[in-house]
Amino acid sequence: MILKLSNLTKRFGGLTAVDRVSFDVEEQTVMGLIGPNGAGKTTIFNLITGNYKPDEGEIVFQGQSIGGVWTNKIVMLGIARTFQTIRLFQNLSALENVLAGCHCRMKSGPIGAMLKTPGQKQEELWALEHAMKQLQFVGLADRAELLSGNLSYGNQRLLEIARALATNPRLLILDEPAGGMNEQETEALIELIFKMRDSGLTVLLIEHDMGLVMKACNRLVVVEYGKKIAEGTPEEIQADSRVIEAYLGIDEEE
Amino acid sequence: MKEKRYIVYALFVVFLLTAPLYLNRYWLEVLNSVGLYAILGLSLNIIVGYGGMFHMGHAAFYAIGAYTTAIISTSYGVPVLWLMPLSGLTAGVFALVVARPIIHLRGDYLLIVTIGLVEIVRIALINNVFGITGGANGIFGIPRPTLFGYKIFKSHQFLYLIWGCVAVTVFFFYRLENSRFGRALVYLKEDEIAAEGSGVHTARYKLAAFVLGAFWAGMVGTLFAAKMTIISPESFSFWESVLYFMIVILGGSGNIAGVILGAFLVIGLPEFFRGLENYRLLMFGAAMIFMMIFRTQGILPPRQKVFDVSRFRKGGEPI
Ligand SMILES: Nc1ncnc2c1ncn2[C@@H]1O[C@H](COP(=O)(O)OP(=O)(O)OP(=O)(O)O)[C@@H](O)[C@H]1O
Ligand SMILES: [Mg+2]
Repeated sequence: MILKLSNLTKRFGGLTAVDRVSFDVEEQTVMGLIGPNGAGKTTIFNLITGNYKPDEGEIVFQGQSIGGVWTNKIVMLGIARTFQTIRLFQNLSALENVLAGCHCRMKSGPIGAMLKTPGQKQEELWALEHAMKQLQFVGLADRAELLSGNLSYGNQRLLEIARALATNPRLLILDEPAGGMNEQETEALIELIFKMRDSGLTVLLIEHDMGLVMKACNRLVVVEYGKKIAEGTPEEIQADSRVIEAYLGIDEEE
Repeated sequence: MKEKRYIVYALFVVFLLTAPLYLNRYWLEVLNSVGLYAILGLSLNIIVGYGGMFHMGHAAFYAIGAYTTAIISTSYGVPVLWLMPLSGLTAGVFALVVARPIIHLRGDYLLIVTIGLVEIVRIALINNVFGITGGANGIFGIPRPTLFGYKIFKSHQFLYLIWGCVAVTVFFFYRLENSRFGRALVYLKEDEIAAEGSGVHTARYKLAAFVLGAFWAGMVGTLFAAKMTIISPESFSFWESVLYFMIVILGGSGNIAGVILGAFLVIGLPEFFRGLENYRLLMFGAAMIFMMIFRTQGILPPRQKVFDVSRFRKGGEPI
């Protein structure tokens, strides 16, 4: 088990956005987090990545409690994320975006940079190569020099994944990675997710595209109004009457 | 395209080197002044241009550097230029102390607090803090600098000293811009949450930007003190800070060449219109409004960084 949430609670004023949520994520699996809009999924992610501090409960990553730890420290420990609303550095090239992910695996500071020490030079070369590898991995190597803001929506999502991968994570957290993607792009994304899992990564994702969720995930957790209402394999979830009522039913009506 | 740019740079260097041959003392002094402001602009550029933090109190750090030099050189007879690192350090430490509690403030709030900062420092200097700043009259009798045994006191000598310092600054800051440190600042300017989420310790980098910018401004303080031989609190007013800020924003925030151009426009250009002195502020105001509407990134905005990635493209197996 790589990640363990126990009784995680987060309140915003009177609203309990996350209410005593507990679940485990097994190493090298793809775990899906689903639920209707406003259920608290993104808030759970923000708690794991240190953007919010939990009011109650514990988050244990690889045996270490990380509740309330600074985001950059959590990235160092091996959790990387993408954002529901794309948060790329729009005015920078795709490559520079991925170099941001390399940052936490580098050491040189301003003085090393000004003096251009051999170590610093070598590190910069490493970063360039490492970043290009990630771009290649998600299939964007030929777009390395384009401004990230000029990429298609689907490619922007992939670029965010590349940036996250550049931090050398153990656990990758994807918030609606297929949002804005067409069918082929979604299919390719599923392949990418499998490729990441097979390379040793654990993936935790939020997604409204049920096709992707059912195909890509080994296990699912369903939340509604901040509470976990079900957990199981995709087959079990599809057969769960509470889930159908709370979530899948609504989906069919649309 | 690229070559054209380098030709302009080369011509500019030639112009500076040969300036004493055809410029009179007055214009050499203008160039000296532009040079000092250029370094100050470049040091502020680290904070405002790369880091995107609205800092309008830079004159405070400049003042601390200048006063450190003035006090120590007049009381202990230490050669002025030796005091450069120490003056930088004093300003840097001061920045570390005052910036730590305020760097988490966003845009406009930070702006207001830093304006307060420069006023506090100026008023403290007027009130002769610790009995060593000489009050409103300031400190005089600061010795001239010597370099390799030569006493520097003529305008053209200062020209080479000051613009030499500009060159050194450009050399170091260009490297800084193209490094992990420089990139981290740009990331946090672009999107702080995304930067933090990519593993950048944003709070530390903001603070580091302040300290480094202050360190450099403190060193320029030494140059200024040595050049003027007399300094007083009025040289470090809020208006000074506004000038540095304008240099960075007008020239091209985040671009070294842009900032130097900004120094020429804000400090050099008004010298051509001496007769219109009273309209100076009006012109600046108009220029700023024009910029805000038509060229929000400044006259020379930062250009996209180019990396040599061709050799990683072919053959390399992904991961
Ligand atoms: N910073 C915040 N301050 C106040 N309320 C918040 C904050 N963040 C989220 N909320 C509220 O918490 C609830 C859960 O939001 P969250 O973004 O986690 O939902 P979600 O499951 O990700 O929804 P969606 O599928 O639409 O992305 C919502 O009611 C939202 O309005
Ligand atoms: Mg969400």
